[in-house]
Amino acid sequence: MKIMSDLLSQLIEKGVLQKGIWETVYLTFVSAFFSYIIGLPIGILLHVTGSDGIKPIPWLNKVLGFIVNIFRSIPFVILMVAMLPVAKFVVGTSLGNKAMIVTLIIAAAPYVARMVESSIKEVDKGVIEAAQSMGTSNFKIIWKVLIPESKPSLIVGAVISLVTILGYSAMAGTIGGGGLGTIAINYGYQRFNNDIIWVCVVLTIIIVQLIQELGMMLAHKTDKRINK
Amino acid sequence: MFYNGVQRMIELKNISKTYGKGEKAITAIKEVNITINDGEIFGIIGLSGAGKSTLVRCINFLERPTTGDVIIDGKNLGQLSTKELLEARRNIGMIFQGFNLLEQRTVLKNVCFPLEIAGVKKADAEKRARELLQLVSLAEKEKSYPSQLSGGQKQRVAIARALAANPKYLLCDEATSALDPDTTRSILELMKKINKELGITIVVITHEMSIIDSICDRVAVLDKSVVAEMGDVKTVFANPQSDIAKKLVLPEVKAAAEITEGKKVRIVFNGESSGKPVLAAIILECGAAVNILHADTKDIDGKAYGQLIIQIPFESYDRVKAYLDANSIEYSELN
Ligand SMILES: Nc1ncnc2c1ncn2[C@@H]1O[C@H](COP(=O)(O)OP(=O)(O)OP(=O)(O)O)[C@@H](O)[C@H]1O
Ligand SMILES: [Mg+2]
Repeated sequence: MKIMSDLLSQLIEKGVLQKGIWETVYLTFVSAFFSYIIGLPIGILLHVTGSDGIKPIPWLNKVLGFIVNIFRSIPFVILMVAMLPVAKFVVGTSLGNKAMIVTLIIAAAPYVARMVESSIKEVDKGVIEAAQSMGTSNFKIIWKVLIPESKPSLIVGAVISLVTILGYSAMAGTIGGGGLGTIAINYGYQRFNNDIIWVCVVLTIIIVQLIQELGMMLAHKTDKRINK
Repeated sequence: MFYNGVQRMIELKNISKTYGKGEKAITAIKEVNITINDGEIFGIIGLSGAGKSTLVRCINFLERPTTGDVIIDGKNLGQLSTKELLEARRNIGMIFQGFNLLEQRTVLKNVCFPLEIAGVKKADAEKRARELLQLVSLAEKEKSYPSQLSGGQKQRVAIARALAANPKYLLCDEATSALDPDTTRSILELMKKINKELGITIVVITHEMSIIDSICDRVAVLDKSVVAEMGDVKTVFANPQSDIAKKLVLPEVKAAAEITEGKKVRIVFNGESSGKPVLAAIILECGAAVNILHADTKDIDGKAYGQLIIQIPFESYDRVKAYLDANSIEYSELN
């Protein structure tokens, strides 16, 4: 009895599976990177302009919160399809990995914003007050107090965001993108090769575990609150 | 002392602070007038909720008074631009009950923080920070993180940090409330040293009379948002006028009053040498069978502060009274 189906060994020989792993990692990390570029400032703003933030601006807080909630409440598949015109506008195509990255960023940035907001919320009010008493400007409080003091929590949030984005990225196949999800559907599901599906499942689990373990290690290592 | 031709001092002019609006409004402080002079240690005492924290936070405008003026060294904080206010705050250090250190920074970097904010070069900032850690006797802890320190050590770091930018004022909001008595004493001694050696004016917020008695020159007693009594600590402590001051100064008198036999006398220690055996002298020289009803004394820098409430049999009272008078020991009869 053969352990691998012919198709699976072919996929490995031709490097399709390897490419799939790379594409999944690439989709996830590039999207996460840009999601943070957009989501981090929004998350900070959500907290800072909130009623117990350092610069309450109720209307701005409400508007931001509303936009974030709208995007957060649309299921990813629907949002992805709806955002294809935006992808076309931004990267010139509504097909493939590039378009996928755009839709992933749009879906993940609001999620990241909430993650960042909740991490920053954990910073002790007393510490902020102490910084204010030393004549620290709001900008410097964000830069030198809020972000550094919540760093371990921000890293944990990034790990959770990465895993979520990785999950979304499995749907790239529907718009002609790549990755392990696409391989599982195109070669496994549609051609009745269960072993390919399982290989993709296991590889995904391994990637998630690696992100999780390395991220948590980093979070733990940077946290100076724990006696070591 | 004069500074730019202006008398250095903190003037609180008729300040009130109301939280919320309409029916739910809470007046935390009401029409407070206090002048804190250069070089003194000024105490603000009151029960929980009296408005102490609100008042002290008005001094550096962490809280904007609803009405009234805060004038520091002649500058009206309410009339400053945001930038000028931030500058002005650098002249007023503050420490807190919860220490409020940056948990992700080393001790040294915590002390550097206000200097970083003021744009001081890193090397200079670290040099200054090390001097301050020396001052608070924590030089060997510069590489530690706050989580590795005891409460007393944390408060020392907080003091070093508050002093880093060379402020002329230091505000202390319940700075020793989370500390045990020994540590409290050492922090109070440090505050006294800072006041004497660096000439920094200190405002101490507390709910404990013994702290006021130990280190303050003057005190304001805050009761339900208003100043009930203000004056020299010696005067207020020896002879409290308002009900609230009596309550804070004489916490045990009520219990003592229920004992009917004998004369009850309160002896006040206001910085006499702590080596003087007052009680033993009363017993031995007057032959009085003295009973201690309440004792609360502190030894700060070899001086005794606090009070002692004793019960003396009627037959020996005259002798004791003569002894106390002859040795000019401050006391009052409680019956
Ligand atoms: N931000 C705020 N919003 C609404 N009410 C407040 C606020 N801060 C204080 N208060 C109210 O103002 C009053 C005085 O509070 P404050 O904290 O000044 O008292 P305190 O004397 O410092 O008490 P404690 O000894 O418990 O610290 C309290 O009734 C409190 O509930
Ligand atoms: Mg308070």
